[in-house]
Formats: sequence, structure tokens, C-alpha cells
Amino acid sequence: MNPAASSTGPRAAPAAPLLACRDLVLRAGRRTLVEGLTLEVRAGERWVLLGPNGAGKSTLIATLCGLREPAGGTVQLAGTPLAQLSVQEAARHRALVSDRWLDAFASSVIDTVLTARFLPGIDAAGRALAIDWLARLDCADLAERDVRSLSRGERQRVAIATAMTQGTPCVLLDEPTAHQDPRHQSLVLQRLGELADHALLASMHDLNCAAHFATHAVLLDGRGGWQAGAADDVMTAERLSALFGTEVRALGSNGDRVFVARWPDAGRHGA
Amino acid sequence: MRAARVPLAAPQALTLLALLAVVALLAALGTGSVALAPGEWLGALFGRSDAVAEAVVWQLRLPRALTGFAVGGLLALAGALLQGLLRNPLADPYVLGISGGAALAALLALLAGWPLLAVQGAAAAGAAAALALLFALAHRALFSRQDWHGEQAAAGVLLTGVMIASLSAALLTLLLSAAPEAQLRPMLFWLLGDLGGAASLPAAGVALVALALILLVGLTRAGALNLMLRGDAQAHTQGVAVERERRLLVTLAACGTGVAVTLAGAVGFVGFVAPHLVRFLIGNDQRSLLPASALAGGTLVVVADTVARSVVAPLQLPVGVVTALIGAPLFLWLLTRR
Repeated sequence: MNPAASSTGPRAAPAAPLLACRDLVLRAGRRTLVEGLTLEVRAGERWVLLGPNGAGKSTLIATLCGLREPAGGTVQLAGTPLAQLSVQEAARHRALVSDRWLDAFASSVIDTVLTARFLPGIDAAGRALAIDWLARLDCADLAERDVRSLSRGERQRVAIATAMTQGTPCVLLDEPTAHQDPRHQSLVLQRLGELADHALLASMHDLNCAAHFATHAVLLDGRGGWQAGAADDVMTAERLSALFGTEVRALGSNGDRVFVARWPDAGRHGA
Repeated sequence: MRAARVPLAAPQALTLLALLAVVALLAALGTGSVALAPGEWLGALFGRSDAVAEAVVWQLRLPRALTGFAVGGLLALAGALLQGLLRNPLADPYVLGISGGAALAALLALLAGWPLLAVQGAAAAGAAAALALLFALAHRALFSRQDWHGEQAAAGVLLTGVMIASLSAALLTLLLSAAPEAQLRPMLFWLLGDLGGAASLPAAGVALVALALILLVGLTRAGALNLMLRGDAQAHTQGVAVERERRLLVTLAACGTGVAVTLAGAVGFVGFVAPHLVRFLIGNDQRSLLPASALAGGTLVVVADTVARSVVAPLQLPVGVVTALIGAPLFLWLLTRR
């Protein structure tokens, strides 16, 4: 999108990508989900991860986070292989917005967000960052609530605020917009879009959210195949139709494009 | 909907619980079948009383009260650690099967007519064997990283422990049904938890040192445990070496349980209920929950044991029965008025 961006650094050689993987192979049982994936995610880039259910989107995110060993290939954070980084070093570099929350015991929202300050420490700056992110995601009023009383959409925004409070340059997000109503969907996308210095990688199912969010896209077909590149090149109606095995049409022009997936034939007109 | 508020701040709660512990310990010193005036037993404590009072206080009541406190503290601490680690409010020190192993070995020793010290040695060995078995059987849950949310890992440890406990319960029942009449009563008392035999100052000393050590190590892990409560994936990406912490915490809880059951048998309920009582008061921050649970558990056992040896004196009840009789209604009361 912006070829001039990489020349703003002090050195002529481009800095190492904040997040990268090389020849990555992911297997689940006997299935090969991803074969030979190579990606480089740089500051200012927002990558969306698309694919049918079970294609390995969450598995890829887990592997990039070091939660799961790849069957082959390497993951690198800022140029260093993940295997050479301690858990603590990795946690200073990347944060995760999971799509599953285990809230077994009562805890206030603000305490939940402040778990992200485990390494940096809960000082005034950390607290301010937590409160700021809650406010930016329309969760300021929830700060003293019990996390277990939140709706899924609210809990998800709290999870995003938590990851941002960790203060890492790289953030991976597993379906960050899945539970949001239209207004909050747009709010989440707007806040993520404002992170000009971050490297983001998010899985999504809503193609229109994905189109708004992404500068780049990765398509996983779940059988080992993948396509990656600039969002406008990769997210075409043809490729998406093939990816999901259903007709996807792109309406409108490039600036205001809307994806529409095919509806069931015998729906409201049947019976 | 301000459910996250708690009635007490942590420093106040810890002070209150420490005061309660002191009161309970003093009450235990002042209560017993030999009637002593407050001046007598307090004087005996500082070596300014007659020989009878001194013998009663120093050889009977003080060792018993201190052992009871340490045992209750260890069980409550182990319970708090396991409830957090397994993310399961139903967990107690006995879900790992450690006490099952200890009980099996102890009952075999009782059956063989071994002296108390040998029975305790057997119980400790049984607890260690059960822990080794847990590590061997739950190897995948404790050492691998295939399940990255950690739900399977927690469930794996829990289920393995429950199976070890079930297996030893079956073997215990077999032992009890085969045991001669004369040995049944001591065996049953051991199973229900009883401070009657264990009370000596060295035993109390060992238990208190174990409690202090496990609490101190536990406190250094409390921040990590706070994060692990919310899932392994989250904790790992926030900088917690989850697998290492889990192995350490399982070992810590098992050691606490092992020391407690070795000294007093399987005192029931306190390890389950004390952390919950404390959670009602101060919430679930492990940094204050762990010391507060230890204080509450110790106090509960001291009170229960004082009741156990005085309500139907000269008969003595097993302390485990009384902890449940006091703890369960208290817990239900707190649960219903939330």
C-alpha cells in the first residue's frame, strides 16, 4: 500500500518483520492444515486470516504465539526464532486476543485487564493504559463489573483491551469482531485501524469486517493450500468463492466494496 | 451488578484472620478435661505454674493446637492452590489422590500393628508414591503442550488424581472389611482425621515449618497463578511458563497434603471450604487468598478440634467430622446470602 513507509527507518536495510513464519507446516492428527506457509508481518500492517471452519485459523494463531509446536518450519518475532525466546521475552513482544475466556472465579473487569501487566508491572502508567483502552472500546462503565456478568460482545472488547494493555508491538486476534453488534463492530475495527505502529494479525469470518480491517490477507483452505498478499489482490470474489465453496459476490466499487455470500435457495419463499 | 466488590480489603482481612487464629489457639489452650483457671494455663505457657498445669499445656494442649493449626493451614493452602490451578471450585487437597496413597500405607501399617512413628512414616511414603504415580500417569497433561487452552491439562490432572483416589478408596474399603475388629477403630479414626495421636512439639514444629515454606513458595507463584486462572493460552502469552508452574504447584499442593495427612489423617472438608470462605471475604487474588486461606484453615481446625475433644468429653470425636459439621453450614449460609 505504502512503499515509502519502509524508508523512514534509520537504516537502509528494512527492519526485520515484527512477526514472521517460514515454511510453516501445521498438522492436526493426519490432516495437513497448512503446508509451507511463509509470511512477514511488518509494523503498520494488518493481516486478516480467512478460511472455512476448521481450516486451521486458530491453530495458526496458536502456533505463531508459541502455544503449539509446528510440524515444520519456524516462527520469528522481530527477527529472532521463537524457539530461542523465553516465555517472558515473547510476552514483551506479542499479545493474544483469544476467542475463549475461562472466567471460573469472580473478578472485576479492571483486574482482568490488568493481568496484562504481569511483566511490565501494574504502575500508574499501566493502570492509565488499561483505563484508556477500556474507554476507547466503550467499556469504561464496565470497569468495576464482574467479568462473568458481561455479554459475549462486552467480554470480547475487554479481551481486546487486555491485549492492548500488554503494550506489545505485535498483536494476534482470534475473531475479534465475532460477537460485536454493528456499532461496536465498527468501533473495534476503527480502534485496530488506528494502531499505525503495530503489526496485527486477526482471523475473521465476516468478509466485510475483514475488508475494512485488512491491509493484507491470508487465505487458508484447510488442506494445506494458502494464498497471501495485499488484501485487494487476495480478497477477490473468485478466490473467496473458491475458498469457502459457495458463491461470494463483490458489489460496488473498490472503495466501497461489499461482499455478499449466497443465501439458501428455498428460504423465505419456500413452503 | 457490582459483583466484583468484596466486603474486606486484604490487609484488614489478614489482620482479622490472624487475630481469630490467636483467639482460637488460646481457647484451645484453655479448654480440656483437666480444668485449669486462665491464670494457670497462661502461667504454664510462660513457665510460671505448677507441674500438672505445665504438663497439660506443654505436652498435650499446645502441641495439639499447633499441629491442628498447621494441618488446617496446609490443607487449606493445598485446596486453594488446587482450586486455582485446576480452575475448579470443587477441588480439594484430596482430588490428587495423595491422601488416598497416604491412607492406604498408613492403614496397612496400623494393620501390621506398627508404632505411631512408623505409621506416620508409612503415610508419608504413601503420599510420595501417590504423587509419583500422578506424575507418571498424568505425564501428558503435566509435560506436553498439545492442548493450548489448558482445559485438557487441568482435566487430565484432575481425572488422574480422582482415579488414584478412587482406586485407593476401593483398596481401603477392602482393608477395612478384612481388618480384625480390634484394629477397626484406630483405622477409622485415621481415615476421618484425628489429632489425638499426632500431638508432639516436634511434630507441630515440622508441620509449622512445612506450612511456612509452602506458603512462601506459593506466594512467589501467586501472581502467575492469578493469570493461569484465566486459561493457559492467556497466561502463556502474558509471560507465564505455564507447564513449569503447573508442575511446581501440583508438587507444592501434594507436599502440603502429604504432611497434613501424615500427621493427622485425612481431615475432611477444611481444604475445600476454607479457601471458599476466604474468597467470600476478600475475592480471588491469590496473593492474599493463599495466606488468608492458611490462616482460616488453621483456625477452623483448631476450633473444630477444641469442640471435638470437649463437647462429649471424656469421649473425643474425630476432628474431621467436626470440621464438616461447622464448615458446611457456614459455607451454605454464605452461599445463600450472597
